[in-house]
Amino acid sequence: MSDDLLEVRGLTVEYVAEGGSVRACDDVSFTVRRGEILGVAGESGSGKSTLITALTRLERPPAVTTAGQILFRPHGVAEPIDLVPLTEKQLRKHRWRDLAIVMQSAMNALNPVLRLGAQFTDVLRHHDRGLGRAGAERRTEELLSLVGLTAAQARSYPHELSGGTRQRATIALALACGADLVVMDEPTTAVDVVMQRQILANVLRLRDELGFAVVLVTHDLSLLVELADRIAIMYAGKIVEVGTAHDIYHRPSHPYTAGLRASFPPLHAPVERLHGIPGTPPDLRRLPSGCAFHPRCPKRFEPCDSVVPRLSAVGDQEVACHLHSHDRSEVVDA
Amino acid sequence: MPDPAVLEAVDVSMRFTVRGGLGRTATVRALEHVSLRLHRGRTVALVGESGSGKTTLARLFALMYQPTSGEIRLRGEPVGVRRGSTARAYYSEVQMVLQDPFASLNPMHTVRHNLRRALRLHHFDGDLEERMHELLRRVSLTPTQDFIGKLPHELSGGQRQRVSIARALAVAPKVLLGDEPISMLDVSMRLDLLNLLASLRDEEGLALLYITHDIASARYLAEEICVMYAGQLVEGGPAEQVIQNPQHPYTKLLLEASPDPARTVSAAGQSSFLPIADAGEPPSLIDPPGGCRFHPRCPVAKAECRTAFPARTSAADGHWTNCWLYTSESEAS
Repeated sequence: MSDDLLEVRGLTVEYVAEGGSVRACDDVSFTVRRGEILGVAGESGSGKSTLITALTRLERPPAVTTAGQILFRPHGVAEPIDLVPLTEKQLRKHRWRDLAIVMQSAMNALNPVLRLGAQFTDVLRHHDRGLGRAGAERRTEELLSLVGLTAAQARSYPHELSGGTRQRATIALALACGADLVVMDEPTTAVDVVMQRQILANVLRLRDELGFAVVLVTHDLSLLVELADRIAIMYAGKIVEVGTAHDIYHRPSHPYTAGLRASFPPLHAPVERLHGIPGTPPDLRRLPSGCAFHPRCPKRFEPCDSVVPRLSAVGDQEVACHLHSHDRSEVVDA
Repeated sequence: MPDPAVLEAVDVSMRFTVRGGLGRTATVRALEHVSLRLHRGRTVALVGESGSGKTTLARLFALMYQPTSGEIRLRGEPVGVRRGSTARAYYSEVQMVLQDPFASLNPMHTVRHNLRRALRLHHFDGDLEERMHELLRRVSLTPTQDFIGKLPHELSGGQRQRVSIARALAVAPKVLLGDEPISMLDVSMRLDLLNLLASLRDEEGLALLYITHDIASARYLAEEICVMYAGQLVEGGPAEQVIQNPQHPYTKLLLEASPDPARTVSAAGQSSFLPIADAGEPPSLIDPPGGCRFHPRCPVAKAECRTAFPARTSAADGHWTNCWLYTSESEAS
């Protein structure tokens, strides 16, 4: 069995509007290995949330997946399944059982008029018709205890719980049917740092125990460096660099990655004067020519404003930058 | 010894009455006996989680509420909630920059209008147009003619926040209150906004209150850090002392929980995420725990922590904390 759980090839998502469409994800390719945590970092408008909805096939018009494949190899399936052409009915077989999602706002992800326990038994019994009410309740308690919640909290309505507790509950819910891949969209942006670390420590522990893989999207690169095995950096709808958390932190190859990494002041290392990245992220309706980052790039040179760099391997990393193009290796030293 | 405080909160407490259903009322104890001093040319960072009372303190400084007890003093003079020209005199010295640059500028009007209104309200009698360009230059929105005619939606979040700062500077204030001024900005813009605040502090001698939940950015900008938990100030002092040598168990928890990639990425490439044990959540301020409000979550809580808030213990370098760990009982009584 292949080690790759998910292989995304050339995924392109456009928002169709009058007067032309906008490409929020442009030719995105990456793989997720079994049991791995892949972090996706980017700023607003980088396409990271669009990527999440496309991966889980939850995109709604005007967003349309116009090209690419999402090859998924859940357990017990010999041939990879391409999620892109599947119908909603076919997808239902995979949702929760193979592929689950944790949204940013737990309040919106949970049904406000149902007690928490009812939402768990609903999911459990839908995916396992043979499961009786008592069995579902027992399983609900087990799931809640995985994330440190009590059976008493299963009898609460979502509004009676704190934001952190709700978010833990949605994580338990995502794990209800033993998914191979859990996709998380800014799962801890709405909670404070202490709760954030408690929640993510739980996710990490459960990943080790249960072996699911995680795609975690966030704007907080400093957090991903601690948490993720590998990190993909997105800018203006494209992945500009993929590498191990260690390499992204210690040896960023793309100038945007380097700028983003330097945008987080250190907690303990000596304080020096730092600078963010000059300029502002581009408007996807009016992308700069060539490399979309070139107007903000401190290292731009001749081809950057005309030739779009392709994502290609540089050592163990993959980078889309002319500084690292093979045919231009002589320029790297300059 | 620094100069006397420009603006200070002296032992302020704030309680709000909220109405529940069926005519019931409850009291929210948002701030308890908080004292904080802002000095010319210095930044104090107020750090805490949401609901800890940081914004309430900023609003007390902005005279939006009358404190339940204690007072706000401007250059030593007590000030109360004001209206009309006395309010204007206060706001010509104390200005606030809010978190959301999308909500704090009138979306129907240009940058020019937003700035001109502030100048006119405060009876600016020089060349308006020239002063507006000067303000935009001050916040690095250059060339200024490209920005002055723009509507807020034509600007990025970072640019909008610069306009809010320019508007606050229009009255040449002495104190700037920044309530999470960078938390809604894109990551790559945040540092330059902090650098701008630092240069205003250094070059114009502004006294700066920087409210944040991000302790790393507090360290970057501020000389002094105060840590607030559930309406009580628990620790404060020189920024490096508080960060490198935290005393209060809550400050330690906050520092442990904050992302710090340098701490954990090992050379082997294995990230070792530092887990923290489930330590509960901040309390409701409607019926907060007695004594030190951190005691239900505190790993080293003692009997006295439940009954009384500890007295302040200070070190020679100005680093202080309110924690029973460092207080002998004889001192407290």
